[in-house]
Amino acid sequence: MKLVKRIGLAILIVLVGIQFISTRSNQSSEVPSTDFILTYKVPDEVGQTLHTSCYNCHSNNTNYPWYSHVQPVGWFLENHIKKGKAELNFNEFGSYSVRKQKSKLKSMASQIEQGEMPLPSYTLLHRDARLTPESKELLVDYLNALQDSLQ
Amino acid sequence: MKTTMIMLFLALVSWGASAQHDHSSSGHSGSSHSNTAPKMKEEPRVIPSIKVKHSLLATSILDNYLALKDALVDDNSKKAASSGKMLFEALGKFDLSSQDASKQKELKEILDDAKENAEHISENGDKIDHQREHFELLGGDLKDMIVITGSDRTLYQLFCPMYNNNKGGKWLSASDKIKNPFYGSKMLKCGRVLVEISVK
Repeated sequence: MKLVKRIGLAILIVLVGIQFISTRSNQSSEVPSTDFILTYKVPDEVGQTLHTSCYNCHSNNTNYPWYSHVQPVGWFLENHIKKGKAELNFNEFGSYSVRKQKSKLKSMASQIEQGEMPLPSYTLLHRDARLTPESKELLVDYLNALQDSLQ
Repeated sequence: MKTTMIMLFLALVSWGASAQHDHSSSGHSGSSHSNTAPKMKEEPRVIPSIKVKHSLLATSILDNYLALKDALVDDNSKKAASSGKMLFEALGKFDLSSQDASKQKELKEILDDAKENAEHISENGDKIDHQREHFELLGGDLKDMIVITGSDRTLYQLFCPMYNNNKGGKWLSASDKIKNPFYGSKMLKCGRVLVEISVK
């Protein structure tokens, strides 16, 4: 019984301790000229939807949710953002080669169409990031048209 | 008796000839009695051809791409993933400095895009539809690549008009026989030859 108490106490100390190791590194107030929305003069409605549903993990600036303060959830989140940005960073989209842009646009459209993105695990806590069938169609049509227009 | 035999013989011969005629030139009946004429009409389409220089630099890339294509034809996503991984490695080993300085930038963009697509294929061994999406992009990358680097073999660019919501999808094969990697066993024969890429 004493042993159980000690182990319990040790776990508690660790859990409290890690709360002081903050992450939240993905924040920037600067929007570079290579940003997707700036580069392609994206219509407002499309731009806003992208901001709400995609930019948190696919740009240099994350609107961190309250639970990102809770470790180890925050670490998990940070790792997640890192991967998301490596795959696609809207802030750097304009610096991609045209070939890469076209590939990304095709993948974006199909991921949205198939409901793979935004991640269901993300929309579970971010209800505002969910895409309605209408906004889905709006995005997919826009992304496909843009892909076809690029040479 | 003799005349009956001759008439029967003639009837048989003419029936045989007309049957053959109908078979080989349906739609052109009465236009010709020759057996060779309809045959020529069956090949009105000339397949465009482009020529690339001979080079061994792309050999391992093409080997792994074709293995990946065969895995997708067989609906084998696990094997596609392992071929995708090997393709990723082969792409990474390509020596850009072996190429003309003026072509290096474009080639690097091609290789980078191809690597990303190969990586996605290798990481999605449980999602064959996702693998096929990236495989379609890969086909475009590698065709553009061999136009610059050259090839060690004749390749065909094949086209399936139904893929991707009827936008169509292209792929490369060493054979002009259609074996569709986008649909596999569901629609193995869908497609046609778009371009023949031969080596100078």
